[in-house]
Amino acid sequence: MEEIKAAIEAAVPGAGVEIQTNPSVSGQHSLRLAPSHAVEVAAFLRDDPELALDFLSNATGVDWPDKEIAEKVKVTRTVTKTVDGAETPVEETVEETKKRVEPGCLEAVYHLFSVAKGHGSVVIRMKTANRTDQVELPSLTPVWRSAEFQEREIFDLFGIVFKGHPDLRRLLMWDEFKDHPMRRDYVEPDDFEYEPTAHDEVMKRAQEHRAAIAAEARGDLASEAKLIEEGPGA
Amino acid sequence: MTPTGFAQEEKQRPEGWNRPPVIEPENDGDLLEVAMGPHHPSTHGVFRMDVALDGERVIRLKPVFGYLHRNHEKLAEGMSYLGSMPFTDRLDYICPLTNNWAYAIAVEKLTGQEVPERAQYLRVILAELTRVQNHASAIGFLIQEMGASGTPLMYAFKARENILDLFESLTGARMMVNYMRFGGCRVDATPAWLAATRKVVDELPQFVEEFENLLTGNEILMARTQGVGILPAELAINAGVTGPMLRAAGVNYDIRKVDKYGVYDRFKFRIPLGERSDVYDRFMIRFLEIKESLAILDQALKQIPGGPVMDSKAKLRGFRPKPGEAYGRIEAPKGELGFYLISDGGPNPYRYRIRPPSLINLTILEDMCLGQNVADVVLIFGSVDIVLGEVDR
Repeated sequence: MEEIKAAIEAAVPGAGVEIQTNPSVSGQHSLRLAPSHAVEVAAFLRDDPELALDFLSNATGVDWPDKEIAEKVKVTRTVTKTVDGAETPVEETVEETKKRVEPGCLEAVYHLFSVAKGHGSVVIRMKTANRTDQVELPSLTPVWRSAEFQEREIFDLFGIVFKGHPDLRRLLMWDEFKDHPMRRDYVEPDDFEYEPTAHDEVMKRAQEHRAAIAAEARGDLASEAKLIEEGPGA
Repeated sequence: MTPTGFAQEEKQRPEGWNRPPVIEPENDGDLLEVAMGPHHPSTHGVFRMDVALDGERVIRLKPVFGYLHRNHEKLAEGMSYLGSMPFTDRLDYICPLTNNWAYAIAVEKLTGQEVPERAQYLRVILAELTRVQNHASAIGFLIQEMGASGTPLMYAFKARENILDLFESLTGARMMVNYMRFGGCRVDATPAWLAATRKVVDELPQFVEEFENLLTGNEILMARTQGVGILPAELAINAGVTGPMLRAAGVNYDIRKVDKYGVYDRFKFRIPLGERSDVYDRFMIRFLEIKESLAILDQALKQIPGGPVMDSKAKLRGFRPKPGEAYGRIEAPKGELGFYLISDGGPNPYRYRIRPPSLINLTILEDMCLGQNVADVVLIFGSVDIVLGEVDR
């Protein structure tokens, strides 16, 4: 891990790579990339003859919502107390619960392997600035084509917008769907919207056609009735 | 979904070596836009390809997914680790046992769980039986799509049925097996089951030979498949294609050899490789892989030791892995099947992600189909070998 980090920093100056350790027994540590240099770093990882990480296996998103952390903090303050009839300031230590909100983010995780060398996995990850309006990350599809559908899926289910993706549309949900179902705070709508299909246009035309035929038939009937009423000679 | 996104895409199709090429129509006039699917017989499920045709040539092709989407990943985040195990059967429902194994491997990596020797051998036996029946039916479906309606597919299904009988007698179900556990397997195989497996495995080479003689020399098959749907090796690696598709392109990458998970390092087997990376190669690779699987089965049935099939210390329910993450993968019959799990220390996975080989192998479907006849799209699509339960999850 350290070696890869050093190699990246030598190749891409100012890359801003950090190692994120994984406390799990699996021991799969990862590299956190700064989104500003991510595409250069990714291209380096792919093209470097030593690393040769030519195979992007898995790309996925993770949602980290805003976290409210309650901490118990010991606070020392001066309180005025009445001691022996005279008011004197006394120092006192009180335990207070402080709440702070750790801002959430969306994260994209990529698992890289090397087909040429047979090693792996190298995990790289990027974070967005927040979960609401700054959800852009650079797309790695120009480097590894296998990210194409997977980044579309992340965009669909998590709402990360990948800059530079050639065809960023929803993958699994329909285009008119508004929310991002894999987010932790997603609430299912009471009634799912009607899903338009490719056949709507055809069905509409068929309906119009049927209506026209019916109107024509009605017109024929009316003129026939008129004929009968008025008689053939009229 | 709008009928086709072609008009919008035409404007913003970027340049780059890993993009599908732009093909110019030869004839004057408008392109014919056809929606193949969602109920096209060749898709074996609900999947749509929006195809733009110039005469019979495919000019553009857009796959449309999501008809079978049930957000399995979200469901799994709301239940315990063990609770997702039966759901993995329903991903690629042709090969439920390899799905079980991939998930079990990911959780075992997350918790550091050991697996007893006998369970490892059972897993290998079941995975290789799964591979045999998957490849046989994949070949059957491919020939079916070529117009040989019924006969080859029923040949494959006859062999598959014998294997499914084995699954049923061991696990209680033909397809929804729910068999593997973190730290072993649910029930032990009886000596009678092993004897029955031995009998099936001994009979399989005869089936393979018969099936091969029936098909490989067929002139129509050769005319339809050779030189069709070529996928360059470089693009295949870059696009994350795995499994028989990748090896048909001549790339020697098999996770059984690379990761040596389970006890695969104890068996002697070869990795068949293709040369031309066309539909015929993908078809032949599956035959050769069946033969290698039979070799592994033969060795595994000879070597299988006694002992428990479950680690006695393994906790099935209510365990809480340490916070952290793990990615476990296996060589499923369709390609690399991986599970990515993040634990926050709770009884449920915080994040549960499946790396579906079926979906990612479709990334290059457009590249392979461009410039081909529309009738060949069905063949090329069949040679990818997907299951929609895994594509849409």
